[in-house]
Amino acid sequence: MRAFWRALWAIVWKDLAAEVRSRELLSSMLVFALLVILVFDFALVLDVKARHSVTAGVLWVTFAFAGTLGLNRSMAQEKDRGCMDGLLLAPVDRSAIYFGKAIGNLFFMFIVEAVVLPVYSLLYNTNLFKPGLLLVVLLGSVGYVAVGTLLSAMAVQTRTRDVLLPILLFPLVIPVLIAAVNASTAFLQGWELAEISPWINLLLGYDVIFIAGAFMVFDYIVEE
Amino acid sequence: MQPKPRTLQILDLVTVLFFLAAVGMVFFYAPLEAVMGQVQRVFYFHVATAWVGMLGFLVAAIAGVAYLVKQDRKWDIVGLSAVEISLVFFFIAIVSGSIWAKPSWGTWWTWEPRLTTAAIVELVYAAYLLLRQGLEDPERRARFGAVYAILGFISVPLTFISIRLFRTIHPVVVGSGAAAFDMSPAMLQTFLFSLWTFSLVFADLLWHRIRLGRLAERVEALKLKIND
Amino acid sequence: MIAVRKLVKRFGLKAVLRGLDFEVAPGEFVALLGPNGAGKTTFLRILASLTRPTLGEVRIGGYRLPHQAAAVRRLLGVVSHQPLLYGDLTAEENLVFFARMYDLPEPHRRIAEVLDLVGLASRRRDLVRTFSRGMQQRLAIGRAVLHDPSVMLFDEPHTGLDQDACTMLDTVLRDVAARGRTVVMTSHDLARAGDLATRFDVLSGGVVCASVQRSQVQPDDLLAFYRRALEDARLSKTASQGAVV
Repeated sequence: MRAFWRALWAIVWKDLAAEVRSRELLSSMLVFALLVILVFDFALVLDVKARHSVTAGVLWVTFAFAGTLGLNRSMAQEKDRGCMDGLLLAPVDRSAIYFGKAIGNLFFMFIVEAVVLPVYSLLYNTNLFKPGLLLVVLLGSVGYVAVGTLLSAMAVQTRTRDVLLPILLFPLVIPVLIAAVNASTAFLQGWELAEISPWINLLLGYDVIFIAGAFMVFDYIVEE
Repeated sequence: MQPKPRTLQILDLVTVLFFLAAVGMVFFYAPLEAVMGQVQRVFYFHVATAWVGMLGFLVAAIAGVAYLVKQDRKWDIVGLSAVEISLVFFFIAIVSGSIWAKPSWGTWWTWEPRLTTAAIVELVYAAYLLLRQGLEDPERRARFGAVYAILGFISVPLTFISIRLFRTIHPVVVGSGAAAFDMSPAMLQTFLFSLWTFSLVFADLLWHRIRLGRLAERVEALKLKIND
Repeated sequence: MIAVRKLVKRFGLKAVLRGLDFEVAPGEFVALLGPNGAGKTTFLRILASLTRPTLGEVRIGGYRLPHQAAAVRRLLGVVSHQPLLYGDLTAEENLVFFARMYDLPEPHRRIAEVLDLVGLASRRRDLVRTFSRGMQQRLAIGRAVLHDPSVMLFDEPHTGLDQDACTMLDTVLRDVAARGRTVVMTSHDLARAGDLATRFDVLSGGVVCASVQRSQVQPDDLLAFYRRALEDARLSKTASQGAVV
């Protein structure tokens, strides 16, 4: 068990250390996220009223799009110099590799979200920093990354690697997106807790089911 | 090449007969529904095709688990065959749903939970085919296909719940409820008979498709032998 | 140290290895020779526990693959033609990372030792991205010996290196092998293999079709031996096909 945690944190540390050096993953995610917000602004002509009702939708589409960029890049780094083989050669449980990569990806998601939320608040003069919303962001990101890490490990081994990830990922994370958008809207508009709790439960359920599922099938993705 | 098995020949014949009988029942046995009129008759095959669609995806998920456990290529052929057939049937279900929606709700498409889920499921399995296309090594293709079929199948109920939750909390623009009419005994008989018939159609097509997969594999093996 | 019996590996319907038998005694340095597509890399990946065999038995250090893969992985050091290193980490950070993955007791002393061994101590704080191909490959060897493995697998380690880099690499490889380790190396470069190995096996048609000890063959005759082995394999295959027809 100790070896498991050691390997897991080694992988997280390695991903973060490499990112501190190159900054290529976060910078591309962040620039892209801001671009998506801008594009939405022009596409939807966000007047005060419309803006209010679509805030959650714009945020989650931004996270989801920027997320695929990060997931792709993070797994491509493992493939480029054959590093995935290097990880697999180590005497560690395969799930440590999965959770290590997933936690690294989650960390990058959080950084992007930590930048996007204040920027959005600033641009549209609203306050997005509500505890409820942050909880939704946490739960939604966990589910998204749990599936995304697994599928990016799959996509990176295909011929069509860069284009395939969103196609594989989005249909499967639709429950996360629907639940997260609704829960976020609910918190922003101050709904009753009884109306919000089904969404939170759905997010929790999704997270648990797909973390467990990914944990069980990851071996089959990386081992030949 | 092995000749077509006797049982399969019989199944072909039985399926055709059942299908003709089902068509007959839908048009001549089932009574005219009072409110919706003739268009309601699409209901029998609409539900039956959707049922076959879901059945196929269940088969694909089970075949996926079986493949991962046994590593036997035959389960890969079963999984792929089931997905291919179900994609077509689900598409028919979506189209016939639209045909029904137009006169009864006044629109070709409603974001009704079942219909929306069906559209998303269709995309999940289109992604499954794209994934397989991107892989050269047949063994890896089978493994990844199995994993994706399982994940896709797990996501379907969650998608359905989330859309349903979404639609019940928000005001529903058009009337909900797909089968919001009382079925007379003759309607119910026709309905059950259609379900049974389409299950037969599915079994028959699946068998043919698996047989095709095996033959394709034999061709591949013979080609390899020649090149050797 | 390594015992392989009746190993079969198929990719789909295509059989790459067809009932391969292979034994290596402790301390031997075996060069696996063979034309492209003979299945050398596949075979090495199976030994490295990266690919599962379809049929047959593979034992390394008494442990069976794939069931006891974790135990086997502790014994193995692998150098492939890709460096398996992270470009955005320094040489030292790469080794620190792998030391953690292998759960080494005294990582820093060992890392310093290894960097000396591969002659990269002075560049340890430089990013691997900035290294030449030869330096990356030497660091890759450093990564492979970090946990002091008793069996080493080299998969075409000279690929893409110039003459000088090859010579330097050979020095390190010889040094690594000299410490009583068992080594299996795939190569299509007979001259390089001839300098290093103590035994030469020829892989063709998915089996080991010929084997010779270094003591039994003059360096100049190695090429002749290799050609003859391939020719024999071709003839016996045609003969067996003829028998079937």
